[in-house]
Amino acid sequence: MSGLLFLAALAALVPLFSVLGYVIWNGAGYLNWDFFSKLPKPVGETGGGMANALAGTCTLVATASLIGVPWGIAAGVFLSEYGDGKLGTVVRFATDMLASVPSIVIGLFVYTLVVVPMGGFSAMAGGVALAIIMIPIVARSTEEIVRLVPVHIREAGLALGVSRWKVILRIVLRGCVSGITTGVMLAVARVAGETAPLLLTSLNNQYWNLGVTGPIASLPVQIYSYAISPFDEWHGLAWAGALLLVLMVFVVNVLARLVFGTGGSGRD
Amino acid sequence: MTAQNSNSAVLQIRQLDAWFGQQHAVHGVSLEIEAKTVTAIIGPSGCGKSTFIRCLNRLHEEVPSARASGQVWLENQDIYASDVDPVRIRRKIGMVFQKPNPFPAMSIFDNVAAGLKLSGIRRRSVLREVVERSLRNAALWEEVKDKLTAPGTSLSGGQQQRLCIARALAVQPPVLLMDEPTSALDPISTAKIEELIQGLKREVTIVIVTHNMQQAARISDKTAFFLMGDLVEYGDTSTVFTVPKEERTERYITGKFG
Repeated sequence: MSGLLFLAALAALVPLFSVLGYVIWNGAGYLNWDFFSKLPKPVGETGGGMANALAGTCTLVATASLIGVPWGIAAGVFLSEYGDGKLGTVVRFATDMLASVPSIVIGLFVYTLVVVPMGGFSAMAGGVALAIIMIPIVARSTEEIVRLVPVHIREAGLALGVSRWKVILRIVLRGCVSGITTGVMLAVARVAGETAPLLLTSLNNQYWNLGVTGPIASLPVQIYSYAISPFDEWHGLAWAGALLLVLMVFVVNVLARLVFGTGGSGRD
Repeated sequence: MTAQNSNSAVLQIRQLDAWFGQQHAVHGVSLEIEAKTVTAIIGPSGCGKSTFIRCLNRLHEEVPSARASGQVWLENQDIYASDVDPVRIRRKIGMVFQKPNPFPAMSIFDNVAAGLKLSGIRRRSVLREVVERSLRNAALWEEVKDKLTAPGTSLSGGQQQRLCIARALAVQPPVLLMDEPTSALDPISTAKIEELIQGLKREVTIVIVTHNMQQAARISDKTAFFLMGDLVEYGDTSTVFTVPKEERTERYITGKFG
């Protein structure tokens, strides 16, 4: 029986390692300094890199975090502290629904909400779309972590003559910093690789764009457009981009685990 | 507002009732707590003694579906009057809980300073002075003075409980409520806290809930015996434990039930 389980576990790991191996095999050769420092070259010229896409992904994730993280944490704290009533049930259900909405639908939604009124594709629109994906992830992980703080810690704060709000913000959340950070990092890792909503919001850009008002390049979209191109060199660059994306997500995941492992996760 | 404080009573409880939902946990209790004494609340589990003292700092009502009614007079003010903010009341009536509960992710210093810091006092010199005085009053200073930046949760159980006492004392409440403060501690830590209580009563009025009758007899000046939500008997500890007026009290303290 245990042999069978071992085989099943091994089978579950095979896809992960074959994806990793395949991406490294195909992409490692193109992952050089040019890749990180140069703009994409026009069709017909060799060389070039994805510097703008890398910066774009950072801009998009930062914009999304600025919008999504405060909302997500606020929603999570609400669910944990006041979420036992009817409103809490509704909010929790809505959060779960939001978490399972296909990301292309969120892209369409933001297209009509931001892209059309702004008159064009923009990093801002992409950030909003990714933020909407982040909110439920951050909210539910925050809720779970804050709920772990025992009632008697809250009561100790109240008994000192501290208002409920201050007890939550200054005492309860203080013990949850590492747990909430972990949730935020997992959300970042999740949205860093999102492609579908970006096609409808931030589109792509062959040049530098450091603002948030114009279309912006991003690793996933650049990978997509290179991968469907007919040129071998672009295919190679797409593989390198894929490798970089996988590595980024991997590093963020590992960091998240390390942060959570340092304790102070709300346990007393 | 006149003559509410005619005698030495610091807390006057009048017709206090408390409920959890439909369950009537405390039945119309009236009691006067004298200043700078230790009053022990004893009784079997579920008799309403914890609920009773949680009403004295309006903490009871923070539990969902819990409510209380009646009057509790402190310094010529009914803390259950409609215009009273429970947050302000709790600064005057401190509380120590059954399980030591230092704030997580806070140093020993910050735990003691928390009450002041969160009410807006930031001057480092003031905080340092208050932290040292409170830790000395809680008989913990000598043990922690070299590691004030260590996490509060790194201390032993007995030390954590004294840290919680220091934290409560830091805001200088005239009244300190203690809800079975030694029931989670070993005998040596318990003895330390009992000794501490004897010293503290020079400054603070203490109301302590205990399920340990020997402890009540050792440390208290007055004893109140609760049974099924009723205050059965209240008087000098020496009287309650030697010549109780009520037969139910006698049966409880001689170990016939409970």
